[in-house]
Amino acid sequence: MSADGHFVTLAGVTKRFDELTVLREIDLSVDLHQVVCLIGASGSGKSTLLRCVNCLETVDAGTIVVDGQTITNGSIDVNTLRRKIGIVFQAFNLFPHMTVMQNITLAPRKTRGLSKGEARTQARDLLTRIGLLDKADEYPDRLSGGQQQRVAIARALAMSPKLMLLDEITSALDPQLVSEVLNLIRELANTGMTMIIAAHEMGFAHEVGDKVCFLDAGVILEEGPPEQIFSSPREERTRQFLARIIEAGRL
Amino acid sequence: MGKFLHAFFSPLGFRRAVPQVWDGFQTNIKLMVIAELLVLFFALLVAIVRGLPGRGAFPLRALAIGYTDFFRGTPLILVAYVWGFGIPALHAGFISNRSLFQYGIIALTLVYTAYVTEVYRAGIESVHPSQRMAARSLGLTYAQTLRHVVLPQAIRRVVPPLLNDFIGLQKDTAIITVIGVTEALAQAGFYSNDFFLYTGYTVAAVFFVILTIPFARFTDRLIKERERRERAQLV
Repeated sequence: MSADGHFVTLAGVTKRFDELTVLREIDLSVDLHQVVCLIGASGSGKSTLLRCVNCLETVDAGTIVVDGQTITNGSIDVNTLRRKIGIVFQAFNLFPHMTVMQNITLAPRKTRGLSKGEARTQARDLLTRIGLLDKADEYPDRLSGGQQQRVAIARALAMSPKLMLLDEITSALDPQLVSEVLNLIRELANTGMTMIIAAHEMGFAHEVGDKVCFLDAGVILEEGPPEQIFSSPREERTRQFLARIIEAGRL
Repeated sequence: MGKFLHAFFSPLGFRRAVPQVWDGFQTNIKLMVIAELLVLFFALLVAIVRGLPGRGAFPLRALAIGYTDFFRGTPLILVAYVWGFGIPALHAGFISNRSLFQYGIIALTLVYTAYVTEVYRAGIESVHPSQRMAARSLGLTYAQTLRHVVLPQAIRRVVPPLLNDFIGLQKDTAIITVIGVTEALAQAGFYSNDFFLYTGYTVAAVFFVILTIPFARFTDRLIKERERRERAQLV
């Protein structure tokens, strides 16, 4: 926990890719056990923001503090940092040459020094929790998209992270597979997991989010409790965005 | 026609040529097995060095690139001459006192490592960056990511082209004859000089072909087996 009481604090974070400014002086704080949902159009900077939090991207200006540690001054060990931050990607990114079991046990064995037996026991618990224990010895390509994404979540959880970053984890899934993944996230939220979620599903953001941030062109244009953002947004851009979402039938 | 058959396919010639050429062919087998193992190892090393990130690794990367550029462009026969004749003539102690067989291994390894480095590198680059990202985001180090995530996928993908280069290497062991290593081609030559028959060359050709066929079938099976295990079934 940092001095200001927040678990994650971003202050003036700016990120550029060549000429393009993807994030512009972002200020954001996340408390322990809080679920923060980032909403906004594609290209608004949601994914980049998540990647900056676990140092997959370096920032050009500003500071990020995670769990009392400033991660943006180049002095931290990124590997140690990442071991306490789980990230789940839109495209699952499971390791195709490894079974489900191997996918989940790799990082705990190599980075936390767990024995093979310990790692497997832990993995079996996680697989039971996500309802895929019978798939332990399958290769990812033999699973449905929803199952693969649940395995990817289990793989991240196997590191016992203090913070989870979810990067549009349902947008590559068929509609009928979305709910199985969202149920799992809902359960995680109920157990008090701190999460930052780049969300595609507005209904879900409304339901599990303690705070919703609307990103537009690299700026957090508006943030507040979900009731306020979804029912009485202050900014015109937020209203337009939500209106388009409703039109597309995604709320 | 009769003359041709007599020269290349003389039945009596076969019977006498087979043991003699086989004698030399064992040297080819030794050359290829040793060189292939060395190539597998060194090429992987050079490919890894070529992929090292960061400005600090630039001199190493440049060295690796210089090496592959040079030896991919140099004819094997020339490299063999340099090692087989040039290096001993230097009288430079240890390096000049190796056997012709060892110079042959060195020449084959130098040239084929350059080819196979490129094959490995293509494989490494074919692994999608999101795989590295996923591994690094789990807290695995660069080396752990390479070892457990990138290389296993890369190497699987390059097995067929790797095999192709090894068949090339197997055939090119015959070039080592130019520095005086008595292998199959040399024996076939001796035979034809002794009997004025070219059947020895036919025998040598058959030996080379017989060696590559099981190798190719084995690789096919390996690939199919893996497909069956890891890929989704077509319905």
